[in-house]
Amino acid sequence: MNTPRAATPSGAAHGQHLLTQMLRVRRLEEKCVELYSAAKIRGFLHVYIGEEAVAAGIMATLDPEDAVVATYREHGHALLKGVSAGSILAEMYGFQQGCCRGRGGSMHLFDAATRFYGGNAIVAGGLPLAIGLALADKMAGRSRVTVCFFGEGAAAEGEFHESLNLAALWQLPVLFCCENNLYAMGTALSRSESQTDLAVKAAAYEIPAWPVDGMDVLAVEEAARRAVDAVRGGGGPHFLELRTYRFRAHSMYDPERYRDKAEVARWIERDPIDLLRATLEGAGRLSEAEWAKMQRDVDAEVSAAVEFAEAGSVEPVDELLRFVYSEIRSP
Amino acid sequence: MKTTYREAMRDAIREALTRDDRVFLMGEDVGLYGGSFAVSLGLLEEFGPERIRDTPLSESGFVGAGIGAALGGMRPIVEIMTVNFSLLALDQIMNNAASILHMSGGQFNVPLVIRMTTGAGRQLAAQHSHSLEGWYAHIPGLRILTPATLADARGMLWTALEDPDPVLIFEHGSLYNVAGEIADDAGAVDITSAAIRRPGNAVSLITYGGSLPTVLEAAEQLAGEGIDAEVLDLRTLRPLDTPAILATVAKTHRAVVVDEGWRSGSISAEVSARITESSFYDLDAPVGRVCSAEVPLPYAKHLELAALPSVVRVVEAAREAVGSHG
Repeated sequence: MNTPRAATPSGAAHGQHLLTQMLRVRRLEEKCVELYSAAKIRGFLHVYIGEEAVAAGIMATLDPEDAVVATYREHGHALLKGVSAGSILAEMYGFQQGCCRGRGGSMHLFDAATRFYGGNAIVAGGLPLAIGLALADKMAGRSRVTVCFFGEGAAAEGEFHESLNLAALWQLPVLFCCENNLYAMGTALSRSESQTDLAVKAAAYEIPAWPVDGMDVLAVEEAARRAVDAVRGGGGPHFLELRTYRFRAHSMYDPERYRDKAEVARWIERDPIDLLRATLEGAGRLSEAEWAKMQRDVDAEVSAAVEFAEAGSVEPVDELLRFVYSEIRSP
Repeated sequence: MKTTYREAMRDAIREALTRDDRVFLMGEDVGLYGGSFAVSLGLLEEFGPERIRDTPLSESGFVGAGIGAALGGMRPIVEIMTVNFSLLALDQIMNNAASILHMSGGQFNVPLVIRMTTGAGRQLAAQHSHSLEGWYAHIPGLRILTPATLADARGMLWTALEDPDPVLIFEHGSLYNVAGEIADDAGAVDITSAAIRRPGNAVSLITYGGSLPTVLEAAEQLAGEGIDAEVLDLRTLRPLDTPAILATVAKTHRAVVVDEGWRSGSISAEVSARITESSFYDLDAPVGRVCSAEVPLPYAKHLELAALPSVVRVVEAAREAVGSHG
């Protein structure tokens, strides 16, 4: 599976690809919010709106056989790893056509075909999994990379520290992607951490780490490519602190008492989609017609996904006890 | 051939490492130190540090790494030093190992084996002595094994490794030095059924793990009094072999459950409830229970012994069951 690594792609097509990817996540999640309000989706719903550059930039650097471990704010990661929008939405509908047959919902999207390992809703609980996936690759001599996404809130958990230490101690092929959106639900980083420079924490474990402007997808992609290449090349774990911001509430239940509207507005001025669009237009790499077509295509994908989900069906209740133990007993 | 529980377990690990190159052992001091209970002594020299992998004191980290490695195609054996320390990894065991198959709609199974020492009797006080296998047996998605005999110490591991789902093996610390004979060709055993360790007609003594020797001794004493007790070793606490429990009760009409766990909310409570639910009209006496006293276990020898199921308490409970008339 060792293909020579390409340099960072450039040019109009690649820029437009990144813009499309961010737009796909944005439009899908805007639709999710709408469907939540219409009570089609229930449970917790955490949207990624504002943070799309992170997933889009990092996923652009991965091979299909690389693994991704994500959090409960993972619709975008799943979509960009290759899980279909239809199966994601059907999962949120609780239907058997969903990627987890309605057992996981918004917070627990999994997909074996694309090596997407959740959808983990215990903060920092996904990090040890990523360590193990990377350990398996290392022991088997495979050159795959495991990418682990988590929020800055995870840095206060013991599993964060245990995992960084293990990854460095065993020189495992894992890329830690810390999505620092400044708030762990309602608790600001400065209210929860004595050391707010997250790259410094990783550096304490001898892990190469650096901060990245998480609103600039091109910067994210460049940093990710550097890190992923190093990890794949046997350079051990790497850590990116992606400085980003969640434009919407933590979940659909969040009254947002902990941050002021002016702060949100300042960050929205740096909307990652607007930023890239302006860059591409400024460089003559995105015409008005191309932008219009991109939006039409993305809207069509989302509409098709909604149609797919709407046409779904509930799993019969007599299937309730399935998937507690494996149905095929041989390993 | 002659062996001990510890050697049988070591032979089982050695066999697994030899038969399947996806298998590796990981845990605190399993390598250079030789295992905190010397189970893995010598295996580092034989299999090297990749496969006999010492870990830092990061229970959640290395148990989670075991889950991830299992998802990644390996067959890890994770050793946790004692059941009390496993609480540091409870998040990984419950929220990930036990749940991922279900959350993923059947896509990702976790073929992981976790071994740990359980139980009291060695004056190790309240942070090294508890019997929490009954807690773990509460969790759907896990398989809970409690090898009590040399043959099970030798044979349960391979079957557990062949299982596609997470299996927890609880090794009672007082059993490691038990010596005896096993067949020269002793190997894999089933991990689904309970076993009659002593047939009898008068009362069923239902137990598992470290309490089995206590219960067998009590049964011998009862035999001297003319009470012919049947001893059922549960072997597997989840899923419970309910038919075997109901069958022995149907035969003797009296049952005493012996469990080193605390009484409230224990596996003994579950066994008792199943008997009551399904065999109520078979019973000639109320179901009796012998459990640990509900204290964090004390250090002082006499206090610790007083807290635990003993031959005397089992004999008394059996006499009481037999003395009752329905």
